[in-house]
Amino acid sequence: MNNNIIELKNITMSFEGEKVLDGINLDIRDKEFITLLGPSGCGKTTTLRIIAGFLEPDNGEIIFSGEKINSVPAHKRQVNTIFQRYALFPHLNVFENVAFGLRLKKLPEDEIKEKVTEMMALVNLSGMEKRKIHNLSGGQQQRVAIARAIANNPRVLLLDEPLAALDLKLRKDMQNELKKIQQQLGITFIFVTHDQEEALSMSDRVVVMDNGKIQQIGTPQDIYNEPQNAFVADFIGESNILDGIMRKDFLAEFSGQTFNCLDSGFNKDEKVDVVVRPEDVDIVPVDKGMLTGIVTSVTFLGVYYEIIVDIGGFKWMIQTTDEHKVDEHVGLFIEPDAIHIMKKSEYSGKYGDYSTYSDEMEHLSDLEEDEE
Amino acid sequence: MNKKSLGQRLLRAPYILWSALFIIVPLFIMGYYALTDAAGNFSFSNFSDLSRYKNAFLISLLYAFISTVITLIIAYPLAYFMTKCKPGTQRMMMILTMLPMWTNFLIRTYSWITILSNTGIINTLLGKIGLGPLHLINRPGTVILGMVYDFLPYMVLPIFNVMSKIDVSLTEAAEDLGANRFRVLRKVILPLSMPGVVSGITMVFVPSVSTFYISQKLGGNKTMLIGDVIEYLFNLGPDYYNVASAISLVLMAIILVSLFIMNRFSDDEGGGVVL
Repeated sequence: MNNNIIELKNITMSFEGEKVLDGINLDIRDKEFITLLGPSGCGKTTTLRIIAGFLEPDNGEIIFSGEKINSVPAHKRQVNTIFQRYALFPHLNVFENVAFGLRLKKLPEDEIKEKVTEMMALVNLSGMEKRKIHNLSGGQQQRVAIARAIANNPRVLLLDEPLAALDLKLRKDMQNELKKIQQQLGITFIFVTHDQEEALSMSDRVVVMDNGKIQQIGTPQDIYNEPQNAFVADFIGESNILDGIMRKDFLAEFSGQTFNCLDSGFNKDEKVDVVVRPEDVDIVPVDKGMLTGIVTSVTFLGVYYEIIVDIGGFKWMIQTTDEHKVDEHVGLFIEPDAIHIMKKSEYSGKYGDYSTYSDEMEHLSDLEEDEE
Repeated sequence: MNKKSLGQRLLRAPYILWSALFIIVPLFIMGYYALTDAAGNFSFSNFSDLSRYKNAFLISLLYAFISTVITLIIAYPLAYFMTKCKPGTQRMMMILTMLPMWTNFLIRTYSWITILSNTGIINTLLGKIGLGPLHLINRPGTVILGMVYDFLPYMVLPIFNVMSKIDVSLTEAAEDLGANRFRVLRKVILPLSMPGVVSGITMVFVPSVSTFYISQKLGGNKTMLIGDVIEYLFNLGPDYYNVASAISLVLMAIILVSLFIMNRFSDDEGGGVVL
């Protein structure tokens, strides 16, 4: 027996002729916190619903602790779900919501009472048993949803963007709390989100998805430091993604210069994508720079400045704590370990430079993502 | 919010005028007739006479109760089934449910005579295969059949409306927590669709209890429902307006009391009917 609680084998799924999952292979280890991360429409929620039993895949196998469960209905699976909008029963009070699964199991009344009390304490809602659902705040409803799901003693908890409806402050608190609950219960959490920060801060492993396919599976550090393709590099954090050529092992050429790097194993003169994170670039005087360019935009963001530098037409984003002026000539210095080389993929060339970047857009996308 | 703008008052005006002319004034006229005798003097005599119509009242209530229960038994599963269908099928079934309502009430009732009478369609067919004519018309059951047929859409529509608005994630949550289909229906769909059931019951029970004509045509005048009594008395001429008004008033009171009792029962479910 391996340590996998769930295995997805070559899962495909189409809705009305449109492929939403395309050959998903994923092993989920027992007791891990794994996050499915991707933009909307990438197939992450569909994957979750297949595991929950709400959808049956067109092809492929779902294995749950060694047994194929494709045709096992949702109510017989040892998984429980926390829904995006909580889906609490409006006709029942808090106690009865949490007790719902226990009553279905026909447990004796005192056992139900004990379990509900325990769950309410776990999610910090003790004393609110008699409250009506519609009198609860969003955060409280979220807690009831968690209590209701884990009262059933699931082996796997599925969380479908559970924090999306909460405001930023509450969301940070709930992230910590969920992580704590997961460690306390020692069960597997499968978490779905489009928020990369959430994914990086909570997960043992992150599964980056796009277009119905898994793009990369790895620890948060792997995903951030060693993105497998331009999509992952662009989706997780900020990236300067350039066309480059591997001249030989540990020597890459881009922006008309050659750079020492730590990557090897490519063919001689193979075309590659080069990723340099904005925080890994140092701005130095022109005569000391490996590359030189002109500052076109400076944005103060509190902890650091976000500076756009035009180098031969390609606009780099650089994050630095030093202040620079627009139109200043600067040099860039890049350490070998700041350069990450990726094989060319279908995503190559899709993510350009920061030439369309402006303060206004950053502001808008912040609003969208954080609901601040 | 006591002060309303001129615009708001103007918008309300037509409705107020309408209710005054066609709801409040007629009620007063009815009240006036009920509380006066034929000469126009104030009197309670109309009410003291009502015990003669006790049977009609009881039968009307019984028939209305039975047909409401039957409509509910037919309509609830139908509405549930409709919510499970694709939108296109749903629309089709909705139209089929509504279709009879587009036909005149009298014609619908008459068609049942054509179908059920001793020389009607069913008995003709039965005769062809050698099964003697069955006595189908002019029986109590036929009256109830007519009521159920006429009022079924008023039960299906409100139940379907409420049921189709129940969030799918609630049924999924129930399944997720271990409920099979039947238990999802009993523990989630049923309680959450109660408001629709309550308004459906109201919309069927109220017209059933005061209905007339159906019993005359399909019941062969053997069973006089209270609606028929009222119609009969009014047809006798102005001398009988007073007692007919008194019966109408009492019928109204009975309906109000029934609805009140039902509302008390359904309060727990969060439903409720506007009286």
